[in-house]
Amino acid sequence: MKRFLYELSESWKIAAAQMRSNKTRSTLTALGVIIGIVAVTLMGTAIGGIQVGFDKSMAIFGDDVLYVSQWPWKRVDDWWNFRDRKKIKTEYAEPINRIIDATPNSNLVIAVPTSSLLRSVKYGQSEVSNVLIRGTVSDYLITSTFDFQEGRFFNDVESRGGANVCVIGYDVADALFPSESPIEKSVLINGQPFRVVGVISRQGTFLGLFSLDSIVVMPLPAFHKYFSAKSDSDILVKVKDKTKLAEARDELTGVMRRVRGLSPEKKDDFSINEQQALKSTLDPIKNSIAIAGLFITGLSLFVGAIGIMNITFVSVKERTREIGTRKALGARRRTILLQFLIESTSLCLLGGFIGLGVAYLMCTGIGKAFPSFPIQFSLSLVIVSMAVSILTGLFSGFAPAWSASRLDPVAALRYE
Amino acid sequence: MSLVTPSGLDSPLVIDIENITKDYVMGEEIVHALRGVSLQIRSNEYLAIMGPSGSGKSTLMNMLGCLDTPSSGRYEFNGRDVSSMADDELASIRNREIGFVFQTFNLLPRADSLHNVELPLVYAGVDPETRRERAAHVLREVGLGDRLYHKPNELSGGQRQRVAIARALVNDPSIILADEPTGNLDSKTGDEIMALFENLYRRGHTIILVTHEADIANHARRTVRLRDGIIESDDDGFGGIENLPVEDPLPGDAVVYR
Repeated sequence: MKRFLYELSESWKIAAAQMRSNKTRSTLTALGVIIGIVAVTLMGTAIGGIQVGFDKSMAIFGDDVLYVSQWPWKRVDDWWNFRDRKKIKTEYAEPINRIIDATPNSNLVIAVPTSSLLRSVKYGQSEVSNVLIRGTVSDYLITSTFDFQEGRFFNDVESRGGANVCVIGYDVADALFPSESPIEKSVLINGQPFRVVGVISRQGTFLGLFSLDSIVVMPLPAFHKYFSAKSDSDILVKVKDKTKLAEARDELTGVMRRVRGLSPEKKDDFSINEQQALKSTLDPIKNSIAIAGLFITGLSLFVGAIGIMNITFVSVKERTREIGTRKALGARRRTILLQFLIESTSLCLLGGFIGLGVAYLMCTGIGKAFPSFPIQFSLSLVIVSMAVSILTGLFSGFAPAWSASRLDPVAALRYE
Repeated sequence: MSLVTPSGLDSPLVIDIENITKDYVMGEEIVHALRGVSLQIRSNEYLAIMGPSGSGKSTLMNMLGCLDTPSSGRYEFNGRDVSSMADDELASIRNREIGFVFQTFNLLPRADSLHNVELPLVYAGVDPETRRERAAHVLREVGLGDRLYHKPNELSGGQRQRVAIARALVNDPSIILADEPTGNLDSKTGDEIMALFENLYRRGHTIILVTHEADIANHARRTVRLRDGIIESDDDGFGGIENLPVEDPLPGDAVVYR
């Protein structure tokens, strides 16, 4: 065991000396691995980033909330069947809640109406366009997951009375009130003043596509008063037990059919959506990115491995006499095998370290340049790429190292 | 300062070879490099193996050095049968029992003298401190105490061969096997190296020289001549050392006695 350790440290020394004396060659060879590891790492960060961004975006929808909407959250081939459906009305919330309350052991907790459209928001000289204006009730908080950076949500009284109050998202607050608190200030929407009572803390973006912070939430009666036309309405229904989502869904379908007064032979003229549906549409995209990425990554690493294998073969050939000498001095097969494996592995590890550094810089650069692009540089990624480097080194060094260990000492000593 | 008594017939046998042969397949034909060689070498002998090229001298050297195994016959090294040992067992015998000195020195180019001399000890599993100590000690013994940290390309040919001899000595082997040790040196440096061998011999080492030069072989006390794979003559002048004035200063002597 001790001898093994000594041989190991001897091999490290030789490997280091070998790399030092063949700087150009080692660098060029390591370049293949560097590129491979950069590819692995960037792919890893991208996939990790997509995953995290996706989960974060999904969490905003809540995994225990059902959405009653006109359209389903998936691609439909017969869109004309959905286009002519009756619009969802915010007034449905009231009868739904009555039925929920009247149903013993209901899987549903509460229905919250929402209605939304895009408008510009002004304050003084500043203006933000394309802000999602959403009218809802104070119970909206039950179905949502956000926190407040400042202030509060509008209360039940304001909600019912339709007061001209609003809660603004982070982006809106940031754009209109860069250096002061927005609380108790009045913003103008459609020429109407709304008093800000709260600022929602930053939510981020949905898959990096659009900001979830460009939003203004106000009491539903106020919304109806000023923006009733062309708004899209959904009913959000909170589920009691998210493990019983399917039952809740069936129950809600029944409730909605009663509210709509559909006779049994008629098809549903509404859609009940959930977070899961979005997931299942996005999963294939995510998977194909991952598969394509892994393939490209694998290819570049493979090319790098071939480079290492080649250079190790060259090294074995060049140093045949040295191998003969070492064998004459008592190096065993295992010792020689180990030596060349360590040489190829340390070359790969060197490439791995450099590659990781390059990838880290690139990630930081991308993160700075495009803050919305989801990037996730993690410790596990570092471990994985180091492990991949070592495996590549072992894989590519094995054949040359094996052939070196099998050399006949007599022939090796005589090799010119 | 002590000199070991010269060997006699009562010294223990180190090498006992009986009727070994070695055949090589070269293309279509079989080459009989050794056709039945028997040889006994005792501890503290100074022996030269001579012969023209193609005589089987190199093959015999490879056998003696446990770098190769015979096709038939028996080879006992210190009483152990090595003729049928596996590669790694042979490596261990070479490591502990045999000190090689090559014509081309065969030092590791990127390692300093100390590291080169340490190498057999690394393979023997000796701890780093002892390694360093012993390597430095033998380097001083061969007169290179001031060249411990020089790389081979910073040393003269004679110094390189001294490093190689130090490397051969460091594991305190049973035999020192030198293959044309002066072949790449000028005659003056060659004489110095031969003086070094003489000294080692007098200190009790067993030395086997393989050479085709008669004046190099003359340093040995016993000469074995090979021709066509068999021993042509074995001029074993035991006791030859008694005829030498031991106190004579040796030419170019650089050996520091223990």
